Amino acid sequence: MTKLSMLDLLGLVVRRDLMLAMRRRADVLTTLIFFVLVVSLFPLAVGSEIDMLRKMAPGVVWVAALLASMLSLGRMFSADYLDGTLEQMLLVPQSLSMLVLSKILAHWMLSGLPLVLIAPVLGLQFDMSGEALLVLVAALLIGTPVLSMIGAFGAALTLGLRGGGVLVSLLVLPLCIPVLIFGAGAVTAVTSGVSPASNLSLLGAFLLMSLLFTPWVSAQALRISME
Amino acid sequence: MLEVRGLACARGEQQLFSNLSFDLSAGELLQVQGENGKGKTTLLRALCGFIEPLAGQVRWQGQNIRELGEDYPGELIYLGHLNAIKDELNALENLRISCGLAGSAVSDSVAIAALRRMGLRGRETFPVKVLSQGQRRRVALARLLVSNAPLWILDEPLAALDVGAVGLMQSLIGEHLAKRGMVIFTTHQPLEVAGVPTRRLILS
Repeated sequence: MTKLSMLDLLGLVVRRDLMLAMRRRADVLTTLIFFVLVVSLFPLAVGSEIDMLRKMAPGVVWVAALLASMLSLGRMFSADYLDGTLEQMLLVPQSLSMLVLSKILAHWMLSGLPLVLIAPVLGLQFDMSGEALLVLVAALLIGTPVLSMIGAFGAALTLGLRGGGVLVSLLVLPLCIPVLIFGAGAVTAVTSGVSPASNLSLLGAFLLMSLLFTPWVSAQALRISME
Repeated sequence: MLEVRGLACARGEQQLFSNLSFDLSAGELLQVQGENGKGKTTLLRALCGFIEPLAGQVRWQGQNIRELGEDYPGELIYLGHLNAIKDELNALENLRISCGLAGSAVSDSVAIAALRRMGLRGRETFPVKVLSQGQRRRVALARLLVSNAPLWILDEPLAALDVGAVGLMQSLIGEHLAKRGMVIFTTHQPLEVAGVPTRRLILS
Protein backbone atom coordinates (compact mmCIF):
# COMPACT_ATOMS: atom_id res chain seq x y z
CA MET A 1 0.00 0.00 0.00
CA THR A 2 1.37 3.39 -0.96
CA LYS A 3 0.50 6.76 0.46
CA LEU A 4 -1.22 9.17 -1.89
CA SER A 5 0.19 12.62 -2.44
CA MET A 6 -1.98 15.70 -2.73
CA LEU A 7 -1.91 15.60 -6.54
CA ASP A 8 -2.80 11.89 -6.57
CA LEU A 9 -5.81 12.73 -4.45
CA LEU A 10 -6.82 15.54 -6.81
CA GLY A 11 -6.53 13.15 -9.77
CA LEU A 12 -8.46 10.44 -7.96
CA VAL A 13 -11.39 12.68 -7.06
CA VAL A 14 -11.58 14.29 -10.51
CA ARG A 15 -11.44 10.89 -12.21
CA ARG A 16 -14.07 9.54 -9.85
CA ASP A 17 -16.47 12.41 -10.51
CA LEU A 18 -15.98 12.18 -14.27
CA MET A 19 -16.52 8.42 -14.17
CA LEU A 20 -19.72 8.85 -12.16
CA ALA A 21 -20.93 11.50 -14.61
CA MET A 22 -20.19 9.25 -17.58
CA ARG A 23 -22.34 6.53 -16.04
CA ARG A 24 -25.13 9.04 -15.43
CA ARG A 25 -24.92 11.10 -18.61
CA ALA A 26 -28.36 12.67 -18.34
CA ASP A 27 -27.15 15.08 -15.66
CA VAL A 28 -24.43 16.56 -17.85
CA LEU A 29 -26.66 16.71 -20.91
CA THR A 30 -29.50 18.55 -19.14
CA THR A 31 -27.17 21.45 -18.27
CA LEU A 32 -25.92 21.69 -21.84
CA ILE A 33 -29.35 21.37 -23.45
CA PHE A 34 -30.76 23.98 -21.08
CA PHE A 35 -28.02 26.39 -22.12
CA VAL A 36 -28.58 25.76 -25.83
CA LEU A 37 -32.35 26.12 -25.50
CA VAL A 38 -32.32 29.34 -23.47
CA VAL A 39 -29.87 31.02 -25.84
CA SER A 40 -31.81 29.84 -28.89
CA LEU A 41 -35.14 31.13 -27.55
CA PHE A 42 -34.03 34.77 -27.76
CA PRO A 43 -33.69 35.11 -31.54
CA LEU A 44 -37.08 33.39 -31.86
CA ALA A 45 -38.80 35.62 -29.32
CA VAL A 46 -37.15 38.95 -30.10
CA GLY A 47 -37.28 38.67 -33.88
CA SER A 48 -34.61 38.79 -36.51
CA GLU A 49 -33.35 42.36 -36.31
CA ILE A 50 -29.67 41.67 -36.81
CA ASP A 51 -28.44 44.82 -35.10
CA MET A 52 -30.40 44.23 -31.94
CA LEU A 53 -29.43 40.54 -31.79
CA ARG A 54 -25.78 41.39 -32.19
CA LYS A 55 -26.02 43.89 -29.34
CA MET A 56 -27.74 41.58 -26.90
CA ALA A 57 -25.75 38.45 -27.74
CA PRO A 58 -23.06 38.68 -25.02
CA GLY A 59 -25.62 39.39 -22.31
CA VAL A 60 -27.89 36.56 -23.37
CA VAL A 61 -25.10 34.02 -23.56
CA TRP A 62 -23.72 35.04 -20.16
CA VAL A 63 -27.08 35.02 -18.40
CA ALA A 64 -27.86 31.61 -19.89
CA ALA A 65 -24.44 30.29 -18.82
CA LEU A 66 -25.03 31.60 -15.30
CA LEU A 67 -28.46 29.96 -15.05
CA ALA A 68 -27.20 26.70 -16.56
CA SER A 69 -24.37 26.51 -14.06
CA MET A 70 -26.92 26.99 -11.23
CA LEU A 71 -28.78 23.89 -12.41
CA SER A 72 -26.02 21.47 -11.53
CA LEU A 73 -24.90 23.11 -8.28
CA GLY A 74 -27.36 21.18 -6.15
CA ARG A 75 -25.68 17.93 -7.18
CA MET A 76 -22.16 19.04 -6.38
CA PHE A 77 -22.06 17.66 -2.85
CA SER A 78 -25.56 16.29 -2.25
CA ALA A 79 -25.08 12.83 -3.78
CA ASP A 80 -21.95 12.30 -1.69
CA TYR A 81 -23.76 13.67 1.36
CA LEU A 82 -26.70 11.29 0.98
CA ASP A 83 -24.68 8.09 0.58
CA GLY A 84 -22.16 8.88 3.30
CA THR A 85 -19.17 9.47 1.02
CA LEU A 86 -18.87 13.05 2.24
CA GLU A 87 -18.18 11.83 5.79
CA GLN A 88 -15.32 9.76 4.42
CA MET A 89 -14.12 12.81 2.49
CA LEU A 90 -13.92 14.83 5.70
CA LEU A 91 -11.62 12.11 7.00
CA VAL A 92 -9.17 12.48 4.14
CA PRO A 93 -5.68 12.75 5.65
CA GLN A 94 -4.87 15.69 3.36
CA SER A 95 -6.16 19.22 3.22
CA LEU A 96 -9.92 19.24 2.78
CA SER A 97 -9.60 22.41 0.69
CA MET A 98 -7.66 20.42 -1.88
CA LEU A 99 -10.42 17.86 -2.05
CA VAL A 100 -13.01 20.61 -2.48
CA LEU A 101 -10.87 22.10 -5.23
CA SER A 102 -10.87 18.75 -7.04
CA LYS A 103 -14.66 18.56 -6.74
CA ILE A 104 -14.88 22.11 -8.17
CA LEU A 105 -12.54 21.20 -11.02
CA ALA A 106 -14.61 18.14 -11.90
CA HIS A 107 -17.80 20.18 -11.67
CA TRP A 108 -16.39 22.79 -14.05
CA MET A 109 -15.24 20.14 -16.53
CA LEU A 110 -18.76 18.72 -16.57
CA SER A 111 -20.88 21.86 -16.47
CA GLY A 112 -18.64 24.80 -17.44
CA LEU A 113 -16.37 23.48 -20.15
CA PRO A 114 -19.16 22.11 -22.37
CA LEU A 115 -20.77 25.56 -22.32
CA VAL A 116 -17.52 27.21 -23.36
CA LEU A 117 -17.14 24.77 -26.23
CA ILE A 118 -20.66 25.19 -27.59
CA ALA A 119 -20.88 28.98 -27.10
CA PRO A 120 -19.32 29.93 -30.48
CA VAL A 121 -21.93 27.87 -32.32
CA LEU A 122 -24.68 29.63 -30.42
CA GLY A 123 -23.01 32.99 -31.05
CA LEU A 124 -23.50 32.44 -34.77
CA GLN A 125 -27.27 32.60 -34.24
CA PHE A 126 -26.73 36.19 -33.18
CA ASP A 127 -24.46 36.97 -36.13
CA MET A 128 -21.49 37.70 -33.87
CA SER A 129 -18.22 38.51 -35.61
CA GLY A 130 -15.25 36.17 -35.43
CA GLU A 131 -13.37 38.49 -33.15
CA ALA A 132 -16.33 38.80 -30.78
CA LEU A 133 -16.75 35.01 -30.67
CA LEU A 134 -13.09 34.61 -29.77
CA VAL A 135 -13.42 37.08 -26.88
CA LEU A 136 -16.68 35.42 -25.80
CA VAL A 137 -14.95 32.05 -25.54
CA ALA A 138 -11.97 33.56 -23.70
CA ALA A 139 -14.25 35.35 -21.23
CA LEU A 140 -16.31 32.21 -20.61
CA LEU A 141 -13.15 30.18 -20.18
CA ILE A 142 -11.98 32.52 -17.41
CA GLY A 143 -15.42 33.23 -15.97
CA THR A 144 -17.13 29.85 -15.74
CA PRO A 145 -14.60 28.40 -13.24
CA VAL A 146 -15.41 31.37 -10.99
CA LEU A 147 -19.11 30.45 -11.22
CA SER A 148 -18.28 26.87 -10.19
CA MET A 149 -16.17 28.08 -7.28
CA ILE A 150 -18.71 30.55 -5.91
CA GLY A 151 -21.36 27.89 -6.51
CA ALA A 152 -19.40 25.34 -4.48
CA PHE A 153 -19.47 27.70 -1.54
CA GLY A 154 -23.24 28.10 -1.82
CA ALA A 155 -23.77 24.37 -2.29
CA ALA A 156 -21.65 23.58 0.77
CA LEU A 157 -23.55 26.07 2.92
CA THR A 158 -27.00 24.81 1.95
CA LEU A 159 -26.14 21.12 2.13
CA GLY A 160 -28.87 19.03 3.69
CA LEU A 161 -31.34 21.91 3.94
CA ARG A 162 -34.87 21.56 2.68
CA GLY A 163 -35.35 23.54 -0.54
CA GLY A 164 -31.59 23.86 -0.80
CA GLY A 165 -31.77 24.03 -4.60
CA VAL A 166 -33.63 27.34 -4.70
CA LEU A 167 -31.74 28.71 -1.73
CA VAL A 168 -28.40 28.08 -3.37
CA SER A 169 -29.47 30.08 -6.43
CA LEU A 170 -30.62 32.99 -4.29
CA LEU A 171 -27.34 32.91 -2.42
CA VAL A 172 -25.02 32.50 -5.36
CA LEU A 173 -26.60 34.59 -8.12
CA PRO A 174 -25.90 37.99 -6.49
CA LEU A 175 -22.29 36.98 -5.90
CA CYS A 176 -21.92 36.15 -9.58
CA ILE A 177 -23.01 39.59 -10.81
CA PRO A 178 -19.45 40.97 -11.18
CA VAL A 179 -18.49 37.99 -13.36
CA LEU A 180 -21.58 38.62 -15.48
CA ILE A 181 -20.81 42.32 -15.88
CA PHE A 182 -17.21 41.94 -16.89
CA GLY A 183 -17.77 38.78 -18.91
CA ALA A 184 -20.45 40.38 -21.05
CA GLY A 185 -18.52 43.66 -20.92
CA ALA A 186 -15.49 42.10 -22.60
CA VAL A 187 -17.53 41.11 -25.65
CA THR A 188 -19.36 44.44 -25.80
CA ALA A 189 -16.01 46.20 -25.66
CA VAL A 190 -14.61 44.35 -28.64
CA THR A 191 -17.73 44.90 -30.74
CA SER A 192 -17.58 48.63 -30.03
CA GLY A 193 -13.94 48.74 -31.01
CA VAL A 194 -12.35 49.02 -27.57
CA SER A 195 -9.78 46.55 -26.24
CA PRO A 196 -11.38 43.86 -24.02
CA ALA A 197 -8.12 43.53 -22.06
CA SER A 198 -9.30 45.38 -18.96
CA ASN A 199 -12.47 43.32 -18.66
CA LEU A 200 -10.57 40.09 -19.17
CA SER A 201 -7.94 41.08 -16.61
CA LEU A 202 -10.62 41.79 -14.06
CA LEU A 203 -12.17 38.38 -14.76
CA GLY A 204 -8.71 36.88 -14.30
CA ALA A 205 -8.40 38.67 -10.98
CA PHE A 206 -11.76 37.20 -9.88
CA LEU A 207 -10.50 33.77 -10.90
CA LEU A 208 -7.35 34.10 -8.80
CA MET A 209 -9.21 35.50 -5.82
CA SER A 210 -11.79 32.74 -5.82
CA LEU A 211 -9.10 30.11 -6.40
CA LEU A 212 -7.43 31.37 -3.27
CA PHE A 213 -10.44 31.66 -0.99
CA THR A 214 -13.43 29.58 -2.10
CA PRO A 215 -11.93 26.07 -1.61
CA TRP A 216 -11.02 26.92 1.96
CA VAL A 217 -14.30 28.67 2.74
CA SER A 218 -16.30 25.83 1.15
CA ALA A 219 -14.33 23.28 3.19
CA GLN A 220 -15.24 25.14 6.39
CA ALA A 221 -18.88 25.33 5.27
CA LEU A 222 -18.88 21.57 4.62
CA ARG A 223 -17.56 20.88 8.11
CA ILE A 224 -20.33 23.02 9.58
CA SER A 225 -22.99 21.35 7.45
CA MET A 226 -21.81 17.89 8.52
CA GLU A 227 -22.03 18.55 12.26
CA MET B 1 -4.05 5.27 22.76
CA LEU B 2 -7.36 7.09 22.67
CA GLU B 3 -8.36 9.14 25.71
CA VAL B 4 -11.70 10.80 26.22
CA ARG B 5 -11.89 13.39 28.98
CA GLY B 6 -15.08 14.99 30.27
CA LEU B 7 -16.81 14.82 26.90
CA ALA B 8 -20.25 16.39 26.53
CA CYS B 9 -22.21 16.46 23.30
CA ALA B 10 -25.61 17.75 22.23
CA ARG B 11 -27.81 17.11 19.26
CA GLY B 12 -29.76 20.26 18.52
CA GLU B 13 -30.97 21.62 21.86
CA GLN B 14 -30.87 18.30 23.65
CA GLN B 15 -27.80 17.33 25.65
CA LEU B 16 -27.09 13.65 25.08
CA PHE B 17 -24.31 12.90 27.52
CA SER B 18 -21.89 14.84 29.65
CA ASN B 19 -18.71 14.30 31.63
CA LEU B 20 -17.90 11.12 29.72
CA SER B 21 -14.36 9.83 30.25
CA PHE B 22 -12.69 6.60 29.14
CA ASP B 23 -9.44 5.29 27.72
CA LEU B 24 -8.84 2.79 24.98
CA SER B 25 -5.41 1.20 24.62
CA ALA B 26 -3.95 -1.01 21.93
CA GLY B 27 -5.62 -4.41 21.67
CA GLU B 28 -8.85 -3.34 23.39
CA LEU B 29 -12.42 -3.71 22.22
CA LEU B 30 -15.10 -1.29 23.38
CA GLN B 31 -18.80 -1.62 22.79
CA VAL B 32 -20.92 1.49 23.18
CA GLN B 33 -24.37 0.54 24.41
CA GLY B 34 -27.55 2.46 24.92
CA GLU B 35 -31.13 2.74 23.78
CA ASN B 36 -32.07 4.45 20.54
CA GLY B 37 -31.45 8.17 20.70
CA LYS B 38 -29.02 8.04 23.63
CA GLY B 39 -26.14 9.39 21.57
CA LYS B 40 -24.16 6.36 20.41
CA THR B 41 -23.71 7.66 16.89
CA THR B 42 -23.06 11.18 18.17
CA LEU B 43 -20.30 9.86 20.43
CA LEU B 44 -18.67 7.97 17.55
CA ARG B 45 -18.91 11.02 15.30
CA ALA B 46 -17.37 13.16 18.02
CA LEU B 47 -14.50 10.67 18.27
CA CYS B 48 -13.95 11.09 14.52
CA GLY B 49 -13.88 14.85 14.93
CA PHE B 50 -17.02 15.58 12.90
CA ILE B 51 -18.74 17.16 15.87
CA GLU B 52 -17.37 19.89 18.06
CA PRO B 53 -18.09 18.71 21.63
CA LEU B 54 -19.74 21.11 24.07
CA ALA B 55 -17.05 20.36 26.61
CA GLY B 56 -14.13 18.02 27.11
CA GLN B 57 -11.67 16.67 24.63
CA VAL B 58 -10.69 13.61 22.65
CA ARG B 59 -6.98 12.86 22.75
CA TRP B 60 -5.01 10.58 20.45
CA GLN B 61 -1.52 9.54 21.60
CA GLY B 62 -1.67 12.29 24.19
CA GLN B 63 -2.65 15.10 21.84
CA ASN B 64 -6.01 16.76 21.31
CA ILE B 65 -7.42 15.67 17.95
CA ARG B 66 -8.26 19.32 17.18
CA GLU B 67 -4.55 20.09 17.26
CA LEU B 68 -3.55 17.00 15.28
CA GLY B 69 -5.59 18.26 12.31
CA GLU B 70 -5.02 16.21 9.17
CA ASP B 71 -2.78 13.63 10.87
CA TYR B 72 -5.56 12.15 12.95
CA PRO B 73 -7.92 10.96 10.16
CA GLY B 74 -5.09 8.82 8.76
CA GLU B 75 -5.08 6.86 12.02
CA LEU B 76 -8.72 5.79 11.92
CA ILE B 77 -11.37 4.13 9.85
CA TYR B 78 -14.93 5.25 10.38
CA LEU B 79 -17.80 3.18 9.11
CA GLY B 80 -21.14 4.87 9.58
CA HIS B 81 -24.75 3.85 9.03
CA LEU B 82 -24.33 4.78 5.39
CA ASN B 83 -22.12 2.58 3.29
CA ALA B 84 -20.43 5.41 1.38
CA ILE B 85 -20.44 3.40 -1.83
CA LYS B 86 -21.69 4.46 -5.24
CA ASP B 87 -24.40 2.51 -7.05
CA GLU B 88 -22.95 3.36 -10.45
CA LEU B 89 -19.53 1.90 -9.72
CA ASN B 90 -18.58 -1.73 -9.22
CA ALA B 91 -17.31 -3.22 -5.98
CA LEU B 92 -13.66 -3.02 -7.02
CA GLU B 93 -13.88 0.63 -8.11
CA ASN B 94 -15.71 1.51 -4.91
CA LEU B 95 -13.06 -0.12 -2.77
CA ARG B 96 -10.20 1.56 -4.64
CA ILE B 97 -11.84 4.97 -4.33
CA SER B 98 -12.65 4.64 -0.64
CA CYS B 99 -9.05 3.59 0.02
CA GLY B 100 -7.87 6.55 -2.05
CA LEU B 101 -9.96 8.92 0.03
CA ALA B 102 -8.41 7.36 3.12
CA GLY B 103 -5.06 8.35 1.67
CA SER B 104 -3.65 5.11 0.30
CA ALA B 105 -3.56 3.36 -3.05
CA VAL B 106 -4.28 -0.35 -3.22
CA SER B 107 -3.34 -2.68 -6.05
CA ASP B 108 -6.07 -4.61 -7.86
CA SER B 109 -4.85 -7.92 -6.49
CA VAL B 110 -5.02 -6.76 -2.87
CA ALA B 111 -8.46 -5.24 -3.42
CA ILE B 112 -9.81 -8.37 -5.12
CA ALA B 113 -8.43 -10.57 -2.35
CA ALA B 114 -10.19 -8.38 0.22
CA LEU B 115 -13.50 -8.54 -1.63
CA ARG B 116 -13.20 -12.34 -1.96
CA ARG B 117 -12.55 -12.69 1.73
CA MET B 118 -15.73 -10.67 2.30
CA GLY B 119 -17.60 -13.33 0.33
CA LEU B 120 -17.98 -11.36 -2.89
CA ARG B 121 -16.15 -13.78 -5.17
CA GLY B 122 -17.43 -13.41 -8.71
CA ARG B 123 -19.13 -10.11 -7.94
CA GLU B 124 -16.06 -7.88 -7.94
CA THR B 125 -17.00 -6.17 -11.20
CA PHE B 126 -20.77 -6.12 -10.84
CA PRO B 127 -22.28 -2.64 -10.50
CA VAL B 128 -23.13 -2.22 -6.84
CA LYS B 129 -26.75 -1.41 -7.67
CA VAL B 130 -27.44 -5.06 -8.50
CA LEU B 131 -26.08 -6.26 -5.15
CA SER B 132 -28.25 -6.85 -2.08
CA GLN B 133 -28.11 -4.68 1.07
CA GLY B 134 -25.96 -7.24 2.86
CA GLN B 135 -23.56 -7.48 -0.07
CA ARG B 136 -23.26 -3.68 -0.21
CA ARG B 137 -22.40 -3.68 3.46
CA ARG B 138 -19.74 -6.28 2.72
CA VAL B 139 -18.25 -4.02 0.04
CA ALA B 140 -18.07 -1.20 2.60
CA LEU B 141 -16.53 -3.50 5.21
CA ALA B 142 -13.85 -4.69 2.78
CA ARG B 143 -12.06 -1.39 3.50
CA LEU B 144 -11.16 -2.74 6.91
CA LEU B 145 -9.08 -5.47 5.28
CA VAL B 146 -6.88 -3.20 3.20
CA SER B 147 -6.15 -0.48 5.73
CA ASN B 148 -3.36 -0.05 8.26
CA ALA B 149 -5.27 2.36 10.47
CA PRO B 150 -5.00 1.29 14.12
CA LEU B 151 -8.36 2.70 15.28
CA TRP B 152 -11.61 1.30 13.94
CA ILE B 153 -14.80 3.19 14.72
CA LEU B 154 -17.74 1.08 13.57
CA ASP B 155 -21.32 2.25 13.80
CA GLU B 156 -23.66 -0.76 13.55
CA PRO B 157 -21.23 -2.80 11.45
CA LEU B 158 -23.52 -5.83 11.55
CA ALA B 159 -26.56 -4.12 10.07
CA ALA B 160 -27.96 -6.20 7.15
CA LEU B 161 -25.29 -8.91 7.55
CA ASP B 162 -26.14 -12.62 7.65
CA VAL B 163 -24.86 -15.10 10.25
CA GLY B 164 -21.82 -16.06 8.17
CA ALA B 165 -20.78 -12.44 7.73
CA VAL B 166 -21.21 -11.75 11.44
CA GLY B 167 -18.78 -14.63 12.13
CA LEU B 168 -16.40 -13.14 9.58
CA MET B 169 -16.59 -9.73 11.26
CA GLN B 170 -15.79 -11.37 14.60
CA SER B 171 -12.66 -12.92 13.19
CA LEU B 172 -11.66 -9.67 11.42
CA ILE B 173 -11.98 -7.73 14.65
CA GLY B 174 -10.06 -10.48 16.47
CA GLU B 175 -7.19 -10.26 13.96
CA HIS B 176 -7.12 -6.48 14.19
CA LEU B 177 -6.95 -6.59 17.99
CA ALA B 178 -4.19 -9.18 17.82
CA LYS B 179 -2.20 -6.67 15.72
CA ARG B 180 -2.49 -4.17 18.60
CA GLY B 181 -5.40 -2.39 16.96
CA MET B 182 -8.34 -0.78 18.74
CA VAL B 183 -12.02 -1.13 17.96
CA ILE B 184 -14.98 0.91 19.13
CA PHE B 185 -18.36 -0.23 17.90
CA THR B 186 -22.07 -0.06 18.48
CA THR B 187 -24.43 -2.91 17.77
CA HIS B 188 -27.76 -4.27 18.87
CA GLN B 189 -26.69 -7.81 17.96
CA PRO B 190 -24.41 -9.98 20.05
CA LEU B 191 -20.78 -9.66 18.95
CA GLU B 192 -18.11 -11.43 20.97
CA VAL B 193 -14.51 -11.90 20.01
CA ALA B 194 -12.86 -15.08 21.27
CA GLY B 195 -10.09 -14.44 23.79
CA VAL B 196 -10.69 -10.69 24.09
CA PRO B 197 -12.98 -9.30 26.78
CA THR B 198 -15.45 -6.74 25.43
CA ARG B 199 -15.46 -3.56 27.49
CA ARG B 200 -18.82 -1.89 27.62
CA LEU B 201 -19.73 1.76 27.83
CA ILE B 202 -23.37 2.36 28.59
CA LEU B 203 -24.96 5.68 27.64
CA SER B 204 -28.10 6.42 29.58
